[in-house]
Amino acid sequence: MKRLEYDVVILGGGAAGMGAIRGALSQNASVLLVEREASTGGVLNQCIHNGFGVRVFKKELTGPEYHEMYLEKLKGFDAMYEATVLDIDSESRLLKVISASGIYKIRYGALVLATGARERPFEALRVPGSRPSGIFTAGLAQHFVNLENRLPGRKAIVIGSGDIGLIMARRLTLEGVEVEGVYEIMPYQGGLTRNVVQCLKDFNIPLHLSTSVVKVHGKERLEGVTVAKFIDGNPVSGTERFIGCDTLIASVGLIPENDLVDKEIEISSSGGAVVDDLMRTSVDNIFAAGNNVCIHDLVDFVTVEGEGAGQNAARVAKKEKMPKRVGIFKKGKGIRVISIHYTTATIPFKMYVRVDHPMDMAILRINDTNLKTVLNAKPSEMIEFTLDPTKYNLKGEIELSAVEAKR
Amino acid sequence: MKIAIIGAGIIGSLIAREFTKYKVEVEIFEKLPDVGWGVTKANSGILHAGYDDEPNTLRAKYCSRGNEMYTELSEELNFKIKRTGSLVAAFNDKEVKILEELLKRGKINGVKDLRILSRLSALEIEPNLSREIVAALYSPNAGVLAPWEVAQAAVENALNNGAKIHLSTKVESIFEEGEKYRLRTSKGIFLFDVVVNAAGLWADELAESAGVKVTPLHPRRGQYILLDQPNVVRTVLFPTPSRAGKGILVLPTIHNTTLLGPTSEDLLPIEKEVTETTAEGLSKVVKKAKKLVPLINLSKTLRTFAGLRPENDIKDFVIKRESNMIHIVATRSPGLTAAPAIAGDIVGEIVEKLNLQKKDDFHPIRKAIPKIVDMSDEEKEKLISQNPSYGKVICRCNKVTEGEIVEAIRHGARTLDGVKFRTTAMFGRCQGSFCMVKIMNIMRREIGENFEEIVKNFPNSHIVDGVVR
Repeated sequence: MKRLEYDVVILGGGAAGMGAIRGALSQNASVLLVEREASTGGVLNQCIHNGFGVRVFKKELTGPEYHEMYLEKLKGFDAMYEATVLDIDSESRLLKVISASGIYKIRYGALVLATGARERPFEALRVPGSRPSGIFTAGLAQHFVNLENRLPGRKAIVIGSGDIGLIMARRLTLEGVEVEGVYEIMPYQGGLTRNVVQCLKDFNIPLHLSTSVVKVHGKERLEGVTVAKFIDGNPVSGTERFIGCDTLIASVGLIPENDLVDKEIEISSSGGAVVDDLMRTSVDNIFAAGNNVCIHDLVDFVTVEGEGAGQNAARVAKKEKMPKRVGIFKKGKGIRVISIHYTTATIPFKMYVRVDHPMDMAILRINDTNLKTVLNAKPSEMIEFTLDPTKYNLKGEIELSAVEAKR
Repeated sequence: MKIAIIGAGIIGSLIAREFTKYKVEVEIFEKLPDVGWGVTKANSGILHAGYDDEPNTLRAKYCSRGNEMYTELSEELNFKIKRTGSLVAAFNDKEVKILEELLKRGKINGVKDLRILSRLSALEIEPNLSREIVAALYSPNAGVLAPWEVAQAAVENALNNGAKIHLSTKVESIFEEGEKYRLRTSKGIFLFDVVVNAAGLWADELAESAGVKVTPLHPRRGQYILLDQPNVVRTVLFPTPSRAGKGILVLPTIHNTTLLGPTSEDLLPIEKEVTETTAEGLSKVVKKAKKLVPLINLSKTLRTFAGLRPENDIKDFVIKRESNMIHIVATRSPGLTAAPAIAGDIVGEIVEKLNLQKKDDFHPIRKAIPKIVDMSDEEKEKLISQNPSYGKVICRCNKVTEGEIVEAIRHGARTLDGVKFRTTAMFGRCQGSFCMVKIMNIMRREIGENFEEIVKNFPNSHIVDGVVR
């Protein structure tokens, strides 16, 4: 068994993890990245579409470009690739890692969790019918097309209107696959409006709201699906319609990846790591950033969050005294997701929230004070704002709510 | 002396392996592309204690004996069993009366250590059991296993001891031809001295083709939900049985997931391939499982599936002998538990009848595919230093390494399901969305297949369709 010791160990080398490396290096900490894949970049490597980097680089980049450009900023960290964490012992500050060169015990001063998210697979939806091949998560289909140069099939439908599903509807259309339509069980879209316009409308791919699959057909390869209208999550009898297709792409939700730590740290009801404004979890020397905290819309936000987590992790590893939590955020009416659950009320920080249903006009409130007015607020579009402790009282219980108003 | 075993389910596999202890030539015929993919693959995977079966049935004769045989068998063939124990929960006094009958029946059947527990003692064993129960029948000897692993292990061991297997080869009919039997198959004609028909759902039709009358089979469908909710139950939990069968259970699997099911739907004899799940079936599973264990969390669903059990009107196994031909029909529940005992008896019978001689060089031990996640750190280090691919995790959900996947291919996996059912890769919460491409790349390298040729399970279940232009 080999033993290693670092100030800051970062789990996952995607956008958040790379940000954390940069943040920790800026504080002159010794940094080790533990990454499952053979390189940094995470899911950026298969996202060959553009739309990345508007905040961080002030220009529109593809995923691989964003990865390369950000990687150039990182000098002087150690990394273990194709290495998997088997176990975290937060009391002894020890990680157990397996790789082709053996088992490692690694002691950390502070840990940054940047493990991202995974896709909910179609199988988890318990849709009745058969279990043929030809059913993919959007990310798996994207991997086949963009990294392995393979088509998943010839005629596809997309279930769920999450961003990767919308992007894959366009990608498959460009590659000559017939995309019959996108089906969303909710009465509103799951992804960004930008993607609905650029990926569906521009390619005449219909988006069917309040509609989803009720049966899968085909013994060996997928032969078709039956779709139906849905009201409040239940299929409406008499609205069934058969669609012949050999491919089903599921974009039915991302789940924050916290399996390694869900017994060590506090986890929110939506599955994310609960953090404060320093990106610190319920364990003082464990930090978290990115999609394992909450599902973000933009990679740029993830990078920035990672940078903060890395910086603060380095400060903790160097035994700097960190401020205590003084405020706790509660989800009030109209709010489904909040990114930050606690605050130290020491410095201004970014908060991201999602509303729980589409609102023509939403007034965001902090306790009884109006914070921001958002036109066309949708659950699919994160609302971003800065909370400055000199402007708002951030002590004790703080309720964030969204009130619907008429324009 | 040539012996044909038709069907590489759990019964056929164990019979084939048992025969390789003797100086005979054993050939196994399996219609599907892999072993254990029929009835064996999609059932509850339970070692029943044996209190459920009416005395004087073949089920009663073989169940508790088969259960006991699994301990030694699992050591020889290196598959996992877990003696979790089982509880039959009673929710009212009427059901307690049925528990008392089961207890009596169990004693007649020779089931050991069976007893009725008070509500509190039952809740102590199973804290997540519904608080509304009034008593429970406890058996410490019940357990769980992955039935397909037994079939894989038995076939591997049989092949190691000289048997042959014909996969994707359907036996269409059996004809008596003088002293011999002629098997007409999808891959030609074969002649044998002894034929064992263990063709599962098709055993009745195959017997019929040989002119042997047996009670006809119909499929009984069982729908299941598999949950990624480990340790929610410790034992196999049954409701009190009714006329319709043992009911819908909640049980821990050998792979540390939780299984809910099965439904019990009698289908038509022509519906032997109808393994679709239905909305009604799945919602029934949810309702009944939640009654037993209110803490069931459906948001942890891994997947659903359905399997078919071979059922007949007399609700018992039928074993028909016709000179040197044996037909094993209707191996419904507890067929899995009974399988080693059935295999032992049937082979013993033929051995005696034909005076077969024991082989000196039979090797009873089958080496399992290494399971990194179950090893100590020292064992892991040692294996990785010999072969670094055992340090490369491919399936992140179940921590399956490249070395294990390569070994599964060497153990006979030729499809993604072949890998899945030998390693548990793709069995976890991502259902293969992270590791499938990596596994296909390993298969491509090890077997020399193109991406386009790799299938999920059956010949037309390809994954990708052509190259991006």
